[in-house]
Amino acid sequence: MTIRTTSPPLQIGSGRLRRPTMGLAAVLALILVAAGCGGDDGAESSAEGCEVGEVDGDLALYNWAEYIDAEQLDAFAAEFGIEATMDTYDSNEAMQPVISAGNSGFDVIVPSDYMVAILIDGEIIQPLNFDLIPNAANISDDFANPSYDPEQAYSVPYQWGYTGLAVNTAVAGTDFPRSWDLVFGPEADEYAGKITLLNDPRETLGAALKALGYSLNTTDEGELDEAEALVASARDNLLAFNTDSTDELLTSGESVIAHGYSGDMFTQFLETENPDDYVFFVPAEGGTRWIDNMAIPFDAPHPCTAHTFINWLLDAEQGAALSNFNYYGTPNEASIDLLEPELNEFLTDPDVLVGGLDSVESIADTGEFETRYADAFANAKG
Amino acid sequence: MTAVGGVTQPRGATRWLLRANTWLVYGFFYAPIVLLVVFSFSGNRNVGVWGGFTLDWYRDFASDGNVQGALRNSIQIAVASTVVSVVLGTAAALALERFTFRGRQVFDALLYLPIIIPDVTMAVMMLLFFAQAAELLGFSKGFGTITLSHIAFNISFVSVVVRARLAGMDDRLEEAARDLYATRWQAFRHVTLPLIMPGVAGGALLAFTLSLDDVVITQFVTGPGWTTLPVYVFGLIRKGVTPLINAVSVVMLLASMALVALSLATQRVRGGQDAIDARVGPDQGLP
Amino acid sequence: MTGTLPPVDVAPPEVEEDAAPATPEFEAASLRQERRRGLLMALPAYGYLVLFFALPLLIVVVYSFATRNRFGGTDLSGWNIDSYRRLGEPLVRDILFRSVALAVITTVICLVVAYPFAYYMATRSEAVRNLMLVFVMIPFWTNFLVRNFAWRVILGTDGPLSQVTEAVGIGETRLLFTQTAVVLGLVYGFLPFMVLPLYADIERIDGRLLEASRDLYATGAQSFRHVLLPLSMPGVIAGSILVFIPSLGAYVTPEILGGAKTTLLGGYIVTQFLTARNWPFGASLSFVLMAVMLTATIVYFRKGGRTL
Repeated sequence: MTIRTTSPPLQIGSGRLRRPTMGLAAVLALILVAAGCGGDDGAESSAEGCEVGEVDGDLALYNWAEYIDAEQLDAFAAEFGIEATMDTYDSNEAMQPVISAGNSGFDVIVPSDYMVAILIDGEIIQPLNFDLIPNAANISDDFANPSYDPEQAYSVPYQWGYTGLAVNTAVAGTDFPRSWDLVFGPEADEYAGKITLLNDPRETLGAALKALGYSLNTTDEGELDEAEALVASARDNLLAFNTDSTDELLTSGESVIAHGYSGDMFTQFLETENPDDYVFFVPAEGGTRWIDNMAIPFDAPHPCTAHTFINWLLDAEQGAALSNFNYYGTPNEASIDLLEPELNEFLTDPDVLVGGLDSVESIADTGEFETRYADAFANAKG
Repeated sequence: MTAVGGVTQPRGATRWLLRANTWLVYGFFYAPIVLLVVFSFSGNRNVGVWGGFTLDWYRDFASDGNVQGALRNSIQIAVASTVVSVVLGTAAALALERFTFRGRQVFDALLYLPIIIPDVTMAVMMLLFFAQAAELLGFSKGFGTITLSHIAFNISFVSVVVRARLAGMDDRLEEAARDLYATRWQAFRHVTLPLIMPGVAGGALLAFTLSLDDVVITQFVTGPGWTTLPVYVFGLIRKGVTPLINAVSVVMLLASMALVALSLATQRVRGGQDAIDARVGPDQGLP
Repeated sequence: MTGTLPPVDVAPPEVEEDAAPATPEFEAASLRQERRRGLLMALPAYGYLVLFFALPLLIVVVYSFATRNRFGGTDLSGWNIDSYRRLGEPLVRDILFRSVALAVITTVICLVVAYPFAYYMATRSEAVRNLMLVFVMIPFWTNFLVRNFAWRVILGTDGPLSQVTEAVGIGETRLLFTQTAVVLGLVYGFLPFMVLPLYADIERIDGRLLEASRDLYATGAQSFRHVLLPLSMPGVIAGSILVFIPSLGAYVTPEILGGAKTTLLGGYIVTQFLTARNWPFGASLSFVLMAVMLTATIVYFRKGGRTL
């Protein structure tokens, strides 16, 4: 009586429905793609008419998690009589598409160095109006006119740190070379199964490139191939490629040598009973210095508020509060005297930067070559 | 005859093995949960290192606006997307299992795509779509865009589970009801729906869980003020995920168990007359 | 109801078309009406997926033929199929092979564990059944990452598992950052996806069929093979699909529990979209994967449907 239709043999006229529906969808898709082509004229600051300290609406901050104290953000909101919300991301790569696509609704973002360069080239962040940021004068000369934003027109530094090696000296002693040989050389065999490298193509291939004496921003196929081979040869001695908990794996005893970020390592050391059992250093051959920055998306809804916030955060006291909360380095010269002593001691420790300031580089975008880094890393892992 | 459930009770050793397997599976499910609960009371920032008993993480949770907001966002989105996707997914399952119609095969294929597509690909395409739609129509991203995206994948998961229930199920009961002059709606409400309820409930649980866990897609279609709990927790990775998140998980566990207890209590009050029973008894006469 | 529908040649009977004796015209009209009902019922979900899935998907299809640009997007010019050509590279082939193997193992383990579990659940009284079902899902309402990190603690060098095996005398276990740990994590994460459809399916099976087979002197194994299993095939298939596909795309669990020591498909696709900012290649990888999976799923389902 009723038609049983579990797997129907007949599909009369199914094409009649398919074509209009799918056709319509295709047309709509093309319209949307075309709309996406409309260039964004993000080359001008949209905060021309603002005054210093002016707010033109609530602040929507898009930041890394736990990078600013919620109370500090509330203090800003209270001082200027607006609401401030913070949303979080876990990587530059997760943030960038959201901002690039447009209509993100965010006023201030915190991209790292190489990402700033990409965002500038894509006209995705707008030039800052430095008339509205008088506190920019507080920025240390070390951080002025960085390679990723040579005229310092689009970004101001937020926090900074190094990528290097952390070692458990309770296990390894102190008599080891302050060199990448510790993970890439014959010395590594001694710590087989106790080494972690970052699960990040640029950082880990960058370390191998530095160990080989090349720039970590190389675009030379031969040099990258060598680095790939070096990472591949180190693979057997590894506990893991890990980014999410290198610091915890080290202090819990799973690993003895960990490739990781200075601020994470330092805060993690302080969590242990004997912080002196651990050391962090950038190997003599050099490593990465990374700088996170504040920037304003091209279509930020409240550019005046955004500028006001950036200026407010570059204040000496606010800058110190930021570092004392997240324990990363401050680019704010005026804040340094207000830092907690142990943090300041770590930041200025000459043993951390074995090869001196000239040995470190910031990761830069390599354009087309970026896909080669991703493939080389996948190849090295096998 | 078949006093409980539809399937016969096995005998002897099989029965013993089945019971053992069941306990082992529950043991497997709850082993990490026990650990998670224990470390929510640990004084050390690192999960895995016992730092002495403390309630600090619960206090932190009580005062942490970021985490509370993220949890609230997650639950709102999960509830909304589950409700809509259960209705649409069940209707889709019924249509596909019980009817032929034009475009059925295309629909069938389309329904599988959200399950098959890699998360990040769906994330990117939803991002592009909503960014352009927002440009054209002038809305802002947030609750709406996240919920719409979650519904888009949840419809498929719900319909797969409901279809597993419907496939090969006897539709003569429904016909009998119709022969007894029940309207279509009555036959559906009193015969079909109770019959497929285990599938619908399973689909709903799955949808809720998937929505509550999604990171990648949510992260790409979110707007200011709509960071969800998993997105927030992923963000914490760089600084380390602390037992605070364990404490949040424990609170969610307790809340869900309280809900279960509550629903059990209300079922008792209704006096055991349960519409969910898959077998239609004579007492479930049609109006 | 009929007002919103396109006109039909034969006027549809107003009420109770099934109750009347069938004439050829009547049958045809009734069939048409049945079809319209089906379409109406499917339409909300259909429309939804066309608008909020097929349409966005088409945008990315277009992108897969475009050229990568360095700021994490694509230049919608210079159309090419380079990104599809790259799929033949040995690197991609190895990754695919490894990932499929891992997903197959995960699916088989889930099936073997979940089937008896779902069967046992289906044979409980209703109140117990519902309770058991909810208790399967409750662990998964905790945070996904936190669950994975909990497993890392359990599997760690001096973790609870190692301590237990040492106390029992098997010696310490070193599972963390191995392929075994990855499989274990995936089985844990996707087991409910197998349990739910299996349970929904087995619970509906008429127990009298099994009893009848036993009455006809079938052994337990025989009645399982020839009665229960064929009847529960839709659940087996649905569950396998729900486990296999996400296992193939998983990337967080392999990273947390496996130490990311080999490249798997899920991670590789994520890397293309995010780290390498190569959307065309990421998109083409996904589409080929989807096409293969969709074909397999439909064939599998059709076949399963026939054996019913």
